[in-house]
Formats: sequence, structure tokens, C-alpha cells
Amino acid sequence: MASYTLRVNGAAREVSVEADTPLLYVLRNDLELNGPKFGCGLAQCGACTVLIDGKPVRSCVTPVSAVSGAIETIEGLGSEQKLHPLQKAFIEEQACQCGYCGNGMVMSAKALLAANPRPTNEEIRKALNGHLCRCASHNRIVRAVQRAAKEMS
Amino acid sequence: MTSRRDFLKTGGALVLCFSLGNAFSQTAAALPGSLSRNRMLDGWLRIDADGVTIFTGKIELGQGIGTALAQIAADELDVDLKRIALVHGDTALTPNEGQTAGSQSVQDSGTAVRFACAEARAMLLAAAAAKLGTRDLKVVDGTINGSLTYWTLAGEIDLKKEATGSAKPKSPSEHKWVGKSIPRRDIPKKFTGGAAYVQDIRLPRMVFGRVVRPPSPGAKLVSVDENQIRKMPGVVAVVRDGNFLAVAAEREEQAIKARAAMAKGAVWNESATLPPSGAALYEEMTGRGVPAQVMAEKSGAAAPAAKTLESRYTRPFQAHGSIGPSCAVAQWTDGKLHVWTHSQGVYPLRGDLANVFGLPLAAVRCTHAEGAGCYGHNGADDVALDAALLARATSGRPVKLQWMREDEFMWEPYGSAMVMKLGGALDARGNIVSWSHELWSHPHSRRPGQSKGSHTLAARHLEKPVGAEPVSDVPLPAGGSDRNAIPAAYDIPNLKVSKHFIVESPLRTSALRTLGGYGNVFALESFMDELAAAAGADPVEFRLRHVRDPRARAVIEAAATRAGWKIGTSAGASGWGFAYARYKNVGCYCAVAAEIALDRKTGQVTVKRAVSAVDVGQAVNPDGIVNQIEGGIIQSTSWTLKEAVSFDRTRVTTRSWADYPILRFEEVPQVEVVILNQPEQPFLGVGEGSQGPAAAAIANAFANATGRRLRDLPFAPARVRAALAV
Repeated sequence: MASYTLRVNGAAREVSVEADTPLLYVLRNDLELNGPKFGCGLAQCGACTVLIDGKPVRSCVTPVSAVSGAIETIEGLGSEQKLHPLQKAFIEEQACQCGYCGNGMVMSAKALLAANPRPTNEEIRKALNGHLCRCASHNRIVRAVQRAAKEMS
Repeated sequence: MTSRRDFLKTGGALVLCFSLGNAFSQTAAALPGSLSRNRMLDGWLRIDADGVTIFTGKIELGQGIGTALAQIAADELDVDLKRIALVHGDTALTPNEGQTAGSQSVQDSGTAVRFACAEARAMLLAAAAAKLGTRDLKVVDGTINGSLTYWTLAGEIDLKKEATGSAKPKSPSEHKWVGKSIPRRDIPKKFTGGAAYVQDIRLPRMVFGRVVRPPSPGAKLVSVDENQIRKMPGVVAVVRDGNFLAVAAEREEQAIKARAAMAKGAVWNESATLPPSGAALYEEMTGRGVPAQVMAEKSGAAAPAAKTLESRYTRPFQAHGSIGPSCAVAQWTDGKLHVWTHSQGVYPLRGDLANVFGLPLAAVRCTHAEGAGCYGHNGADDVALDAALLARATSGRPVKLQWMREDEFMWEPYGSAMVMKLGGALDARGNIVSWSHELWSHPHSRRPGQSKGSHTLAARHLEKPVGAEPVSDVPLPAGGSDRNAIPAAYDIPNLKVSKHFIVESPLRTSALRTLGGYGNVFALESFMDELAAAAGADPVEFRLRHVRDPRARAVIEAAATRAGWKIGTSAGASGWGFAYARYKNVGCYCAVAAEIALDRKTGQVTVKRAVSAVDVGQAVNPDGIVNQIEGGIIQSTSWTLKEAVSFDRTRVTTRSWADYPILRFEEVPQVEVVILNQPEQPFLGVGEGSQGPAAAAIANAFANATGRRLRDLPFAPARVRAALAV
């Protein structure tokens, strides 16, 4: 075990884990954050996505020892009481069925809007193409990102 | 009192009776929806100072059932939607409504909640009338005539009584909530990191579990060094019981490492128990000699046949492929088991677990918590047993056990492969005079409770295995393998539908959304277009000339119109295809028109646009209906264009998303849904209405675009190139 100080959603958090522990388990189990999900453990589905220094990262294959930047999870965006425009847009568009993939969608959308505040439909689809959704809420998700973009600009 | 026999005589009710199986006892009168099997009013609702709590045996799986039931309850009781709390699927708290499946939740639970709430309201109003000395009562959000409230009157009425089913529910014009697209109550926490899933449950002293599955369905464990695993960091327990192996550790990543080490060190004796794959699979299924059962047959006067046609269609094994692998939390306390599960049926699962552990039902409690997408019988029940087996070795500490991705792909029960042989004849005027549909399939429902014993996976891996009696097919009219095999929509004088129900299957099969409906509608509605082409008719006009039910006609016409289909003149409309089905022949009506694009060089088929019209009876939550139909079309597009589980003669070789591609954002069609609301009609359920028609609409679009027909699913590029090269 080794000690790591992580910057998560603006706060310094100290954890004591093995160096090769995937960041996902540290976030979910040590820090009790529900947002990032275990989907495949292979960086294939996107459910575990978090932002590190604003860039989307698959936390299921990212060893905690390799993380030096600021981590942001969906909890860092806002809460039910104080929603981030993206969260608000996903809720308003009812952009899920089961919602298990939703964390990754929101986090990658945040990175997209930071780089491209008014993305086209095609740009959104391209940015989210690495994220799998099995309930098939894709079109609602695209609309949610467009709605958030409008509100944020 | 109505006897079962009398009940059966009541014409239209016959259908319901069969579809609910043993829903009605031999003597008790039928009550609306699930009230029939759960007859006490207090089983469905509680009214107290805090508001209203509705208890439902149906579970939330992201389909929005909780919101829809709250809308129904709020309207019947005349209270604000916010006052309605819901408790879903808990064997200690809620009615037993079997499985949340078959697109029946609004029908079963919604109807029960509607009548139970109407009756409770009548009781409250009777109590108020006695107090106020008037029958002129008006309720606003639980307050009667501005003075008495439900919350104070609640103590004066006794809901501990059998429902009569006689209270009259509100008429649609009085509805304030039903019929509106009320935002789903399960969604906000899902986008804010709330505890929304079984995966998010954390209990004091909880440990993390993983299973080590055999490498193949026929494998037997020869040896494994459990002691080496016990010495690994954090390992709390190792369970070895026959071919069942599992490990628990303090930390999740420790459990995963221990799992990997145990999988590496275990020696198995494997055998080639699986069927051949590819085209040979279908030859194997039809060549087994399982006799045919005739499911429907009729003969009538008809003009002589001028043209006859035969076609064979196939569908491979397909996976549910939930994004989150199955998960459960289990804890043993004083010999009693409590499991938190995303099973679709907490009561059937309780029975199954009690069978495995040799416990009375009262010693097992199953509490539902949402999982990732549920499209039928996935690994939810299986992982519940895994967690319970492992938790026996953790000295009372709760275990959270989640499958790894490959556990899910290799061991979830698949939607069965199927073969469908269709035959038909046209008279000289191009009308259908005869029709045959012969199918081969493994079971589409092998859930806990389906037959005696256990249907959970690990039960068969134990040293003393607990098996299950062979299942029988889901009876008609809903049907299982033969779901939607009868072309009931079409007026055809001579008809024969038969099935070869192959109970034994080396690959485990069970319910995947629509059961056999997807394969059968794909075949049936493809064949309708083949016949239309042979008749030189426009496919939509050809359907309409054989359809009598005005509701069926209405959805066909609405979908065609919205798609810009000029009925009667669009024969062979390039790139567009059309299909229709009434789910289960008794559920919702759905028509789909789909437009495809084709890259002839690569063989890549893309669905650009799909337009659907649906009639689900009274629409409770329109946006929820759109979400289900839209999701169904896109999921079916994925099944139809891409999906097949792969295996060799020994092992399943589908392990990850790399082996099982599904539709991605850039490939997803635009979808439009038209709802034909029927406020005066009963609820029909919507979750499985569009998958079959979507598949056939795509196949028909391809045929219209190319003149070639794809009869084998999925329409993967190599198969498309081969079809174009012929």
C-alpha cells in the first residue's frame, strides 16, 4: 500500500491503496462516489469516465499512481438541488432509460463543450461514439447536449 | 361467485386468463389486474399522516413504471403527485406480481393500483360523508370540502380488507396526471451521482466478491489451490463447491486480483458440448427431430392458389448486453438470507434461492434495487445466488458481488437462436389464400419459478447440484417461442402455425425482450413483403387489404403517412421498408417504416430514419411511451444489423464489446413516434412493441433498395456483400 493525495472535485483526498489500483475503485469505494460506473474494465464502454484536468479518462484502466491532475466526477458538476446545465439538460430531455451509461455521457459532453461550445449534431455523435448505450437513448442524449450548449453559451 | 369455468365462458376475458397463467384461483372472482392475486387493499396502498405509499410488485428498470403508477394513483385518489411514495418489489413489503416482464406492468400493476386507489378514495369519502353529513364532497389534494383531510381520516378507515373491484375509476376527462409526460422520478439521482443502483449499495463491514466461472459450459473442475488464494492480500473468503468458485476480499480490486489468480491456477476438464455455429447451427436445430406441435390451424373457402412462395429465416443467439454487469448484495443473519437484487422477480427469486439453500421461504428476503439496463432475463438472478453462496463464508459480513464483463457475456442466458420457415399462396388477384409458419426454437423463458427446482446458474455448478425440471413453452396467446408466430392481424382463410420446441440447449437460453416475437415478426413481416412483391402490390396497401382491426389499420396508416409513404403507389420505394405487428397479438399495436442507406462496397447497412405509430390503449405517460418505442427500434436496429453470440464447439468466444459490437452514436437512426391515444381503452403495455416490426422494416427496406432479400440475421457486412454478389 502507498499513500496518494488526489484532487477530486476541488478537494484534496488522501487514500492508501496499491499503486496499480484502478482509479475507478478508489473513487467508488474509498471516496464513495457513485457517479463513475464499472461497465467493462477494458475501456470499451465509457461508463467509468471522469475528467482529469478537463480531459475524459476511463477510470477503470487508469492506475491511481498515474493520476496527477485534478479529477472531476459527475458529483463535482452539481447536485439535485443545484444542477449543472448539463445535468439539468439530461433530466429535462429524460435522456436515459436505465441511466447506467449516463455518467460517462455527461462527463464526455462536458469535455466536448469546453472545447467546442456549440457543437453540431454530428460533432456530438462523434465525441460520444466511444460511449455505449444499450437502452438506446442516443438521440435524447444528443438533444440534451445541444440543450446544455444553448444554455451555457 | 364466478367459477373458473364461467369465467372462461366470458369471451374476451379468455385471452387474459391464459396470458396470466395461474393468475386466478379456482374459486375467487377475478379482480382487475394484479388485484386478482393480491386481493387485500392494504397490500397496495397505505395512507397516513405522511401521505400515500403505493406498494407494487413491479420493479423500476428505467422504463418509468414508478412514475406511471404514481400518476395513476394520484389521479384516482385526488392527491398531488408529490404525495405519492412508491415501494417496489420487496418480498417483505410488496404484493407478489411475479416477473416485471412481458410489457405488462401498467396493465397488471397499473390496473390494480387504479382500482385499489379508487376503492380507498370511496372509503375515505364515505367516512367524510358521515362526519360532514353531506354527500356533496369535493377533494383537492387529499383535503375534502376544505376541512377534513385524508391524513386525519386515514385512521378511521380499514384497508385491511379484500378489494371488491367495484369502485369506479375516474373517467379520462377527470385525469389530471394520467396522459401527461410527467418527468420520471428515477432520473435526477441517476445524473447527479445519487445511490441509484444495486451497485451503489454500501453496508457496514461489507466485502467485495467475484466469481470464477468455468471456462466453458461443459467444464468440470479438476483442481485449484485455494490456500494460495487465501494468502493473497485482503482475501476474506474462498468458496469452492463443486464447479462453483468465488472469492471475497476487503477491497474490490483485491477480489478482482484473487479472481484472476484463481482462474489462472484452476485446472478444468473441458468437453465439446456446444452446437456448431453459423449456418450449421440451424441445420442442427431443424435436424434434431423434435416433433412439431400445431399451434393454430384453420381451413376455409378460398380462391385457388395462383402463386406459392416459401422462405426460411434465421435468428442467431443474441445477448442482453447490459452496460453494467450483473450485481447483488447478500447478507446472512442468524440463518436468514437477505439479498438486494436487480432481478425482475423478487418473489420467484426468493423461491429459487430457498430451493437451493433448503430454507423455508420466510428465511429469505429479496429486495429490489435497480441494475443496469434490463432487457429480459439477464444475470441478475444468477449473481444473487453467487453473492448468497459467497456470503455464507464471510461470517455475517455482507457481500457485494459484481460480475466481470466476460462473466456477463459468457454466462448470461441468451435469446434463443431460431429458424422460421414460412409458406404462402396468393390467388389470381394477389390475395393471400394460405399461410404456414413452422419454427424451431429453444426455450425463451427459463426464469426462477418457471418450473420446479432452481434456474439460477450456480445451482447447477454445486457439488450437490440443484437442477430444474424441463420448462414448457410460455402458453398462447402470449406465447414464447411462438410469440407472434400466428399472423392474427391478417385475414387469411387457410392457416397452419407449428413449432418444434427444443427444450435441451447446450447454451442457456431465456427471455430476451419480446421472446420469440422478434424472430417471428421479422420472418412474418418479411414474408408479407415477399408476398406483396409477388402480387405486384405496394407493401402497405397489401397489408391493409388483409387487415380488418380498425386499430391496426390506424397505426399502419399513421406510420405510412408520417413517413411520406404514398399508399398504393410506393411499391419498391427505394430505401424504405414497412412492417407491422400487434405485440403478442393482444398487446400494443405498432407499425414501423424504416429508411436505410447502403454502402455497396463495404456491405454496411445504416438505418437513417425510422417512423413509428403506436396504439397502447390509454397512454399514461406519452414521453415514456416514446422512450420505449424509440429505444426498442434502435435496440432492434442493433440486433438486426450487428448482433450474434459467437462460440466454438467448446467455449463461448464472445467475451467483450470487441467481440459483440452494438450500435454506436454515429450509426443511430433518427426516430419519430406517433402515439394514437385511446383514452377509453385499457392499458396495453409498450416495452416490446417495436422490436419485431423494426427488424422486418429494415429487411424490407433492403429488399426494396436492392431487389435482394436478407433472411438471416444479423445483416452484417459480409452477409450483405454476399447477398449483393449473388
